Amino acid sequence: MRSCRDISALVSQGLDKKLSWRERFSVWMHLMMCTRCRNFQKQTQFIRKAARHYTDDLQSRFNNRS
Amino acid sequence: MTGTLLTEKNLSAQRPVLFRYALLQLRDRELADDAVQETLLAALQSVSDFEGKAGLRTWLIGILKHKIADHWRRSARESFVPEFTQIDEDDGETGEDEFFMSNGHWNGGPKAWADPEVALKQQEFWAIYETCQNNLPPKMAKVFMLRELVGLEADEICQEIGLSEANYWVIMHRARLGLRECLEIRWFNNTKQEKHHA
Repeated sequence: MRSCRDISALVSQGLDKKLSWRERFSVWMHLMMCTRCRNFQKQTQFIRKAARHYTDDLQSRFNNRS
Repeated sequence: MTGTLLTEKNLSAQRPVLFRYALLQLRDRELADDAVQETLLAALQSVSDFEGKAGLRTWLIGILKHKIADHWRRSARESFVPEFTQIDEDDGETGEDEFFMSNGHWNGGPKAWADPEVALKQQEFWAIYETCQNNLPPKMAKVFMLRELVGLEADEICQEIGLSEANYWVIMHRARLGLRECLEIRWFNNTKQEKHHA
């Protein structure tokens, strides 16, 4: 059995590379029964989205400001 | 063989990533545009130097870094250290210990967030997001920004910063845990009550 620590590490890795079949399977199994890790997954996806918005916003904030 | 990779089309496909990289350091749209322009020009002029081994983007970022350094030299703000070249030796590698108990269970751990999408539209949220991002240790913040703001791939970041792959995974996991926790404490836990009042 993998712990929340391991699973959240895999969830994080899954945002930056394709996980192996085996890894995806253990994440899937774990997430079915673990609310906190499910929250972690949703929130890291949200953070990615927020980071993109933030970057777009920076582009307008730094518009010709010298 | 390498010549085929360096068409103008391939080069300009890299423009958005280069621009975001330059923007984060120069903090000025026009300057960032210039630096990217100069980089692409220099790349076209030195096609023969490109060995294809490092990957096109890594090579272009190498050139861009020189252009940015040139800018700082010209602008004579000697005391100013651009953030991406600052301190590389810090505790970016600290583990995730504070977030988990010794048996690997969450110590506290992620609670459900109410309406995260709404936060994206609120000015106050962005101030908190920025604070949380800046609160990460410098090296961790840099890795996180190269990935999520600039949009580089993991292997490109490892090359750029000189990280092992294992280190990269630890740093990103830690960065996401930290940012998540900070947002939860400063925003999602706080605003719930306020929203109900409104």
